[in-house]
Amino acid sequence: MSDAAVVIVGAGPAGLSAAIELRRRGAGRVVVYERELQAGGVPRHTNHLGYGLRDLHRLTTGPKYAARLTRAAERSGVEIEVGRSVHSFVDRVVTTHGAGGPTKVTAGAVVLATGVRERPRAARLVPGDRPSGVYTTGALQQFATLHHRRVGNRAVIVGAEHVSFSAVLTLTHAGCAVAAMVTALPRHQTYAPLRLATASRHRVPIHTGVEIAQIVGRGRVDAVVLSDGRRIDCDTVVFTGDWIPDHELARAGGLPMLASAKSPIVDGGWHTEQPGVFAVGNLTHPAETADVCGLDGRAAAAHIMDWLTLQTWPAAVTPIEFEHPILWAAHTAVGITARVAEFVEGRIECRTGGVVVHRTKHRRWTPNQAIHLPRSEATSIVLRR
Amino acid sequence: MPADPVFDVVVVGAGVVGCAVARELSRLTLSVALIEARNDVGAGTSKANTAILHTGFDATPGSVESRLVARGYQLLREYAPSVGVSVEHTGAVLVSWDDEQAANLLRLAEKAAANGYDRAVVIDAAAVRALEPHLGEGVTGGMVVPDEHLIDPWSTPIAFATEAVTNGCRLFTNLHVTKLDVGPEATCLIAEDGRKVLARFVVNAAGLHGDTLHRLFGFDGFTIRPRRGELIVFDKLARPLLGRTILPVPTSHTKGVLVAPTVFGNIMLGPTADDIDDRSATGSTRAGLNSLLQKGHRILPALLGEEVTAVYAGLRAATEHSDYQLTSDGAARYVCLGGIRSTGLTASMALGEEAVAMLSAIGLYATPRDASTLSPVRLTPLGEGDARPYQTGGTVICHCERVTSAEIDVAIASAVPAHDLDGLRRRTRALAGRCQGFYCAAEVCAHAAVASDRPMSEWMGLP
Repeated sequence: MSDAAVVIVGAGPAGLSAAIELRRRGAGRVVVYERELQAGGVPRHTNHLGYGLRDLHRLTTGPKYAARLTRAAERSGVEIEVGRSVHSFVDRVVTTHGAGGPTKVTAGAVVLATGVRERPRAARLVPGDRPSGVYTTGALQQFATLHHRRVGNRAVIVGAEHVSFSAVLTLTHAGCAVAAMVTALPRHQTYAPLRLATASRHRVPIHTGVEIAQIVGRGRVDAVVLSDGRRIDCDTVVFTGDWIPDHELARAGGLPMLASAKSPIVDGGWHTEQPGVFAVGNLTHPAETADVCGLDGRAAAAHIMDWLTLQTWPAAVTPIEFEHPILWAAHTAVGITARVAEFVEGRIECRTGGVVVHRTKHRRWTPNQAIHLPRSEATSIVLRR
Repeated sequence: MPADPVFDVVVVGAGVVGCAVARELSRLTLSVALIEARNDVGAGTSKANTAILHTGFDATPGSVESRLVARGYQLLREYAPSVGVSVEHTGAVLVSWDDEQAANLLRLAEKAAANGYDRAVVIDAAAVRALEPHLGEGVTGGMVVPDEHLIDPWSTPIAFATEAVTNGCRLFTNLHVTKLDVGPEATCLIAEDGRKVLARFVVNAAGLHGDTLHRLFGFDGFTIRPRRGELIVFDKLARPLLGRTILPVPTSHTKGVLVAPTVFGNIMLGPTADDIDDRSATGSTRAGLNSLLQKGHRILPALLGEEVTAVYAGLRAATEHSDYQLTSDGAARYVCLGGIRSTGLTASMALGEEAVAMLSAIGLYATPRDASTLSPVRLTPLGEGDARPYQTGGTVICHCERVTSAEIDVAIASAVPAHDLDGLRRRTRALAGRCQGFYCAAEVCAHAAVASDRPMSEWMGLP
């Protein structure tokens, strides 16, 4: 006998959306564990527009989106326990810890929705001193949005993908000038209008094809030195993007991982290799927008209900196959999402067995940019140059 | 105005050695001060080492270092668990990767025996692989050193200093001695900012700056040439790759790179060894990191598939001599503990004993204090092998390292408190984990600001 029909780990867009839909479908007791003291996930601190379009059918900001989703979950009878971390889920016995001490809950189904984070400086092996003033966008946003803090006077942003440009806005808003953006890739990886706006409105130069060779500063950041020898004076460095799923619970629980994305392997129904254990949201595709994660959670609910009522599980959980220059590919509720490892031209084919079920136009593909392909039964995707 | 107090003994330098000396002295009927140029104890070389409690099997037989490492090993192994400093018994295996190294193993076993350590056992390649199945190809042999331990290098000096301060030792931080005046009764140590500390006896535990202080006293005999060691710390998910510390076989030209678990549950790869001139150059380098990755790939290939949690570099206080430089001078009432290199952590408590003996020999008289006047110290152990506060209940503020907000409060309110995020990290592990603050940096700063009643901007290190 289960203590809860479903235990969901993580109260971000994917976890909350799954919970709401499960309640709507009459799943019974649905518990969401959130280790932060507030539900809502990353959108809580992304204080800009761009949220809710595809799942809530309204355009709103991250914090408003997070609050709306949290309220909806509470209204639908989802039990959200904040300040509680999940430790393990062996045989769907979920152990947690938090302010009230440890707990153990047996769940009919476990849904991992632990999300995604940015690789910090150390994980990118950026050499030099270890001064204060080195952040990720996530940390920057929390200082700025949740605590209304200035973070520095002059920043260098590492990365030139969408989130990097979002970091420009956050820094500017918080009164910190942006000295430069730096990307090791030969070009920026966002939409041209966004890049143009950043260049003209905020006058931020983008240095492409260079890395941060060294961070300089004792105590506080003084400068960064680029791999071409240039030195940029700054007191803040923000490492943006370079997403990695927060997969520690999934890995510790023994779920096999996709080597390139470092996400647990799931099929189109978000089944993992352990019966009764699902993985949804950005844990399975680092990283998509919040609304895609929300739709994931909502769509996964149908499969979770099937498991709860029928107790059937796929005989084999097969991920989408791909090969270089595709970096990874994963299912979302709206299709297949993929990334390329380098700037490359060609057409992408989705295949089921040997049969091409979808073929894109010949175009240029950009690393770090989401490649959205229509939802299909495709078992493999290839890029033909 | 009352005259400045004259301390019986002032210890200069609050690294692991200075803290151990201050602790030892604080247990005697003496007034003691510990002074430190940085804002915290254990914040220099002591925070950036390989965190191994060495048996001393590979020291030079007959050296001071060999004697003190062997003694310090026994003392610290007993002391650490009693005060909440995590120690983990994993043992170590020296691994040889070619014939020259394999031939060296037998010589090392003899050396171990000459150091009084007779439990090292030379084994063949198959036995090495059976012990550590994830090692790379090309192992030619090995030697097991079953008694090597891991230790929490951050808590060790903090425990010593906390015990010393609780016993009445005064701790002065941000006090950088730049001048001194040896008088007939007392030595006046003068800081950069003009502050003065008076001492009957002075112990030089100034580590990287030991030779500078030594010269201020008018002595010569050794010069510090820092040897930088860069280290890479891998994610906790890498921990199952390794059972014990993998030590290199030292050759004529290099001491080599080791791969070791840490008490915090990570895997560490390093150190490099670069002789440099700048005593503050604790930055990592592209060349250093690349060379570590290359060596790591050979030793433990799967390690490189794991995420890196931290990169740091430490400076060993190497000198032109191969041994510790312990000297004393009766006229100047001065004891010098110079040239203490990477083994200083293991030898620290023995160096404490040694310093007291050296002080006695030059005329310091002291007796042990009544045990009832000594306060026991108990830190919260930081090791994964020990019970952690989150397990019994508490609001976790740093999720990667599972640090509770109550632990932050304790670190800020303690007898030797944290003043900045680095100090908090060394006392609690907060911000030391895989996300490096993505989730918790703001929350930790906000909490620390409230707990310390200081502005959040100070905790953020804002310019």
